[in-house]
Amino acid sequence: MKGKDRKIRVLVAKPGLDGHDRGAKIVAATLRDHGMEVIYTGLHQTPEQIARTALQEDVDVVGLSIHSGSHMTLFPMIYKELEKLGLGDVLLIAGGIIPQEDRAKLEASGFGRIFGPGTPTREIATYIENEIQKKRQ
Amino acid sequence: MHRQEIVRGLLAGDFRSLGRALSLVEEGEGGELLPALGDRLGRHGRFGVTGAPGAGKSSLLSALVGHWRLRGETVGVLAVDPSSPFSGGALLGDRIRMQEHSLDEGVFIRSMASRGAVGGLADAAVEMVDVLEAFGFDRLVVETVGAGQAEIDVMEACDLVLVVLQPGAGDGIQAMKAGLLEIADLLVLNKADLEGSTRLENEVREMLELREAGIGRAPEVCLVSAKTGRGIPELAEEIDACFKALGEDGVLGKRREQRRKEAIKRMARSSFEQKLEALMVENGEKLKDFPLREGARWVLEKLFSSPSHGKNREGDGRT
Repeated sequence: MKGKDRKIRVLVAKPGLDGHDRGAKIVAATLRDHGMEVIYTGLHQTPEQIARTALQEDVDVVGLSIHSGSHMTLFPMIYKELEKLGLGDVLLIAGGIIPQEDRAKLEASGFGRIFGPGTPTREIATYIENEIQKKRQ
Repeated sequence: MHRQEIVRGLLAGDFRSLGRALSLVEEGEGGELLPALGDRLGRHGRFGVTGAPGAGKSSLLSALVGHWRLRGETVGVLAVDPSSPFSGGALLGDRIRMQEHSLDEGVFIRSMASRGAVGGLADAAVEMVDVLEAFGFDRLVVETVGAGQAEIDVMEACDLVLVVLQPGAGDGIQAMKAGLLEIADLLVLNKADLEGSTRLENEVREMLELREAGIGRAPEVCLVSAKTGRGIPELAEEIDACFKALGEDGVLGKRREQRRKEAIKRMARSSFEQKLEALMVENGEKLKDFPLREGARWVLEKLFSSPSHGKNREGDGRT
């Protein structure tokens, strides 16, 4: 694909059944303000929906937001769905209420950073920018 | 993924390749790809959906997509949302209203940020729809917010344009101001389940009567509710009838010709503007002391007297 100056495209998705989308919206707005193109799909997305949306939108990043506690079930499913569609190289990150020990497990199994409550929004944007720059080199 | 792989995958019906191909074209990198599509194009009508933010374009589209899918037709959608002029980023949310189709392989939805490019938006959008058509979708739809020249350009690149209005957004005069009615082949009054929809219909019909006779075809008016599904089958029929009528009147042919001219003009203009930009950067200091009009004259002379200025980025992708 084209070089480093291509706009970073991010899918912000909410898997599972919780309705707390404030965090997802804040992150979406932050990334937009950092010059990224953010696709937001609303609540209650299944792993398949998330993967197919990522495929159609050809995103560089998929960001998951979850507060229901079902991340250890859903996240691996999402990772698998993405791989199935040939999207294993997409940067997969997440945020929400995710205990420390789970974070470590996820980060060891194909995920990028898992961000917790209180993360400065700029940190997320900078992390994405750095990671994508590395990938595009 | 290499480009040749992408082209091969695209023509073989691979969705990953389609997603990639759309990105290539969006970035103006479709030079190798687009010529390979030639003989797969021009078979299906393209139609545009536009209207003010919140008029219900995406919901309406979602309902129409549902209707077409029941008839076994596949649909490719390009949904354009504005980029921020400040950060260059964008929040693309049209999919939210269309996610019910996200698992259906017969529906492909792609969001696109307008990126504030003058002219460039319409060209990129047209080429992205080319890619969708080449992949094999039966219905091709482009959705834009009905504001700004770039978005209107996109609509003019469609065969048939649906303008979506809603009750409670000001009287008929507001819609007249917007300049949207001139490009409408079909006027869709959405949210027919809300109060005020009859009034809106009366106002719109009254306004259409005030049109100068003989300027194009008067658009049909359809009252629908994307929410309840009321009027959607009728609208779908109206779309097909309208498309057929435009074809028989020779209007479609003329539009396509006009569209080609406009595309050439846009490409020339954008290349001109790049040169102008470069020249301004080069000579900004010098031009400080010129009276405005004299400065403009000097710039024009300079531009047209010497053939090469600044970066030569002509014909981005299209051949």
